[in-house]
Amino acid sequence: MKLWIAKQRYLADFTLASLARRKTKNLGLLLVFSLLVFVLASVMLFTSALRHEATQVLASSPEVILQRMVAGRHDLIPPGYIERIGRIRGVQKTAGRLWGYYYDPVVKANYTFLGLTEDAPASGRIKVGNGLARYRGVQAGNVLSFRSYSGKLFSFTVDAVLPADSELISADLVLLAEADFRAFFDYPAAHWTDITLSVANPQEVRTVAQKLANALPDSRPILRDEVLRTYQSIFDWREGIVLALLSAAILAFAILAWDKASGLSAEEKREIGILKAIGWETGDVIRMKLWEGLLISLTAFLAGYIAAYVHVFHFSAALFEPVLKGWAVLYPRFTLAPVIDGLQIATLFFFTVLPYAVAVLVPIWRASVTDPDAVMRA
Amino acid sequence: MIELTDIHKAFNEGQPNEYWALRGIDLNIAAGQVTALSGPSGSGKTTLLTLLGCLSRPTRGRVRLKAQDVSGLPERFLTDIRRQTFGFVFQQFNLIRGLSALDNVMLPAYPLGLPHRELRDKAEAQLAALDLGHRRDARVEWLSGGEQQRVAIARALINSPEVVIADEPTANLDTALSKQFMTILERLLDEGRTVLLTSHDPLVVESAVVATVVRLRDGKLVEAQMLFQPAIIALLLASLLSAWRCLPPQPLSPRN
Amino acid sequence: MLAAAAPFAAQLIRHWNIASGSELQLRLERRTYLFSTLTAVVFAAQILALLLTVFNADHMAVMFVGAMCAVGTLNANAWGFPMLYGQIAVFFLAAAWLTLNHVDNQAPDYPLVRVKYVLLIALLPVVAAVGWLQLRYFLNLRADVITSCCGSLFSNDSQTLASEASGMEAKPAILLFYGTLGFAIFANALHAGLKQRWTGAFAALASVAGFIAAMIGILSFISLYVYEHPHHHCPFCLLKPEYGYQGYLLYLPLFAATAAGIGAGILQPFVRHPSLTGPATATASRLAVFAMMGFALFATIATVMVLHSNLILLGA
Repeated sequence: MKLWIAKQRYLADFTLASLARRKTKNLGLLLVFSLLVFVLASVMLFTSALRHEATQVLASSPEVILQRMVAGRHDLIPPGYIERIGRIRGVQKTAGRLWGYYYDPVVKANYTFLGLTEDAPASGRIKVGNGLARYRGVQAGNVLSFRSYSGKLFSFTVDAVLPADSELISADLVLLAEADFRAFFDYPAAHWTDITLSVANPQEVRTVAQKLANALPDSRPILRDEVLRTYQSIFDWREGIVLALLSAAILAFAILAWDKASGLSAEEKREIGILKAIGWETGDVIRMKLWEGLLISLTAFLAGYIAAYVHVFHFSAALFEPVLKGWAVLYPRFTLAPVIDGLQIATLFFFTVLPYAVAVLVPIWRASVTDPDAVMRA
Repeated sequence: MIELTDIHKAFNEGQPNEYWALRGIDLNIAAGQVTALSGPSGSGKTTLLTLLGCLSRPTRGRVRLKAQDVSGLPERFLTDIRRQTFGFVFQQFNLIRGLSALDNVMLPAYPLGLPHRELRDKAEAQLAALDLGHRRDARVEWLSGGEQQRVAIARALINSPEVVIADEPTANLDTALSKQFMTILERLLDEGRTVLLTSHDPLVVESAVVATVVRLRDGKLVEAQMLFQPAIIALLLASLLSAWRCLPPQPLSPRN
Repeated sequence: MLAAAAPFAAQLIRHWNIASGSELQLRLERRTYLFSTLTAVVFAAQILALLLTVFNADHMAVMFVGAMCAVGTLNANAWGFPMLYGQIAVFFLAAAWLTLNHVDNQAPDYPLVRVKYVLLIALLPVVAAVGWLQLRYFLNLRADVITSCCGSLFSNDSQTLASEASGMEAKPAILLFYGTLGFAIFANALHAGLKQRWTGAFAALASVAGFIAAMIGILSFISLYVYEHPHHHCPFCLLKPEYGYQGYLLYLPLFAATAAGIGAGILQPFVRHPSLTGPATATASRLAVFAMMGFALFATIATVMVLHSNLILLGA
């Protein structure tokens, strides 16, 4: 075992020295390899961070949301609905929600207004999302005016700007009291936008939904799990598209690696010939070459992964925001919470280092079986 | 020490350009002396040398090294025997450019996995014995031809082989350096090593250090003659006389 | 890639003649280097792929109604579990082949060349079948199928092999677990000491039995102790970060020890070959020592996990 380690150390030493001697040749490969890992890792880190974010957000949202449908379209909940639901077994809490969209001609963007019944700001006061505050240039204490759809001008004092860490969903949010909300939108009294239900036992969610659909045939229950699943598949789908595009890049890279490995320079061929003549065995040469591949691929992998990490979590994935995020004007400028998982690293490793190893294997072998007496015959 | 029986070696076997480099060689190499293989170019000297040095395997026939049959051994084991028994000095020296003299000397021992300290000391001792101690950290391409050859010799000796094999050792050297090489050859003999070389340089073939000259032509032995026989000594004296008469010496003939 | 290698392997079996120095023989000998490196790469890839399958299955659990971890995802269609078993089989087969190769390379006349390459060709359909299973599995994934989560698969009333194993009462399971593992340790120790052919075969059989008993043990009681939940039998959740990746501590020594034990046994038919006696005996006993230590380590880790747990299955 000790002997084996000593042998490997010599081989790795020699490999390092020979890599250093052929800097330019290997630098190109290293660069392309790192770039590939960088792009792949960026996509993976980014989507998984978004997925993580969405899961976090949804974790605190209600298990079931009930919407009323009229002619297949989402409509207001008329008075009396909440009372009719109240008695379903397994439902812990039922509450109406008020929300709507507001188009702000000043910055040409849509805001989401949310009328709160609990923990609401005082009348005439609002809390705003970070993106909105940035675009309108307001801080806590400033006064913000909106012209309502009915033409009246409303002025609110900004109580607080929502914390930036949840900016992905709260960028365009305006929180205000129920009465203010109804006044601003001329919302009919005792009507709600939709109804939320909390169900304690996850096993009962489907039963509750079934009962709701039976009791209120004109309503549509939306389950949190369904939303989560939809989000996941949307993110996965987008990630899938990007990765499918990149698989061509992986293939191209494998071809490049094959080409690099088989296109040994005369100098390298001579060296291998010398090594074999002075007592290196075919296996030694293969191991030496594998060390070379390992060093290159690990370096590239680490460099690419770290660069991707910095790119995604410190520069908010500036390069692919347009592809992977929504299309809102109030573009969230958020920093994602760093999420790394073993699966990702393993997958990435599997799809970059392994193709490389396989691509260079045959050329390596071919180089290593030169006749030991070749240098004498030349 | 090395015993060849009915050795044949073919290249491109079974193809239109099939070529038999050796056809039926029987030869015994004695231990502890210098044997030279000599002959015109294409006579099969180098092929024979690679067979003797376990660099390749015969197509037919038997090679016995110290009574062990090595002709059927696969490369993996042949290599093992080779690096324990033989050290090689090539005509072009074949040093690895970009590495220091010391690294080049240590190279054949890498697959053996000796402790690094020990290997380094051994390599430094070899270089010092060949007056190269001061050049050990120099890159080999900065060394002169003679220095390069001495690095190559140090490299051949790093695994303490019993047999040193040299292919046309003086072909790239001038007379002074060739003479220096002959001195090193004597030192190797004194250390009890066996030396095998190919050459058609008279300076080598006719030197007193060389005990046996094996002459080859068209892949067959011409004759194996022992030097120091009275007739040979007479011949040698005659040639020396004639050489002395036509001074300055003729230019060294190129390899093969 | 292995399929592309098959014709070369066939050629090797037909034309191998170690005594010859012909160029064909030299070419064939050189090719063996490629094959052994290739198999080693397949072996390494298999380890990675195995991990990835389990990981990925776990990760996709949220996509399937009713699936809460890898079990649910693997159950999403009929190909999932056969795929997993197939991958484990390829892992052990590749390990066995590499053991043979290692020993054969120490004998100057390569006596096992034909055996090895016949085995390699025999291995091909297995690898192909696993690949086919993988393809079937992934192509047949339907996100709307309601799958069973590990709670239902490993619960007592369903009639699958896994449920038989996990449905076992804790007490007999613990006895079986320690009994068989002890037996495996003993058998490998015996082989390391006696170095006989029958002890080698015995060690291999005991190792396989030890592997099965270990899996039953993990399903029936170790996982319960780790999760501290009397009905959670899942062997995959152990690998999750929520449980501190404890699964790796269990599975690594277990798989390594089983592979080594099988390796010790697979060498036994060839020990009589004169040029192999030395290396095969030495390697087999080294593998047996390794397997013994691996199983002992596994048993120790499992015991520590059980003792560390707050769950009490057996009344004192």
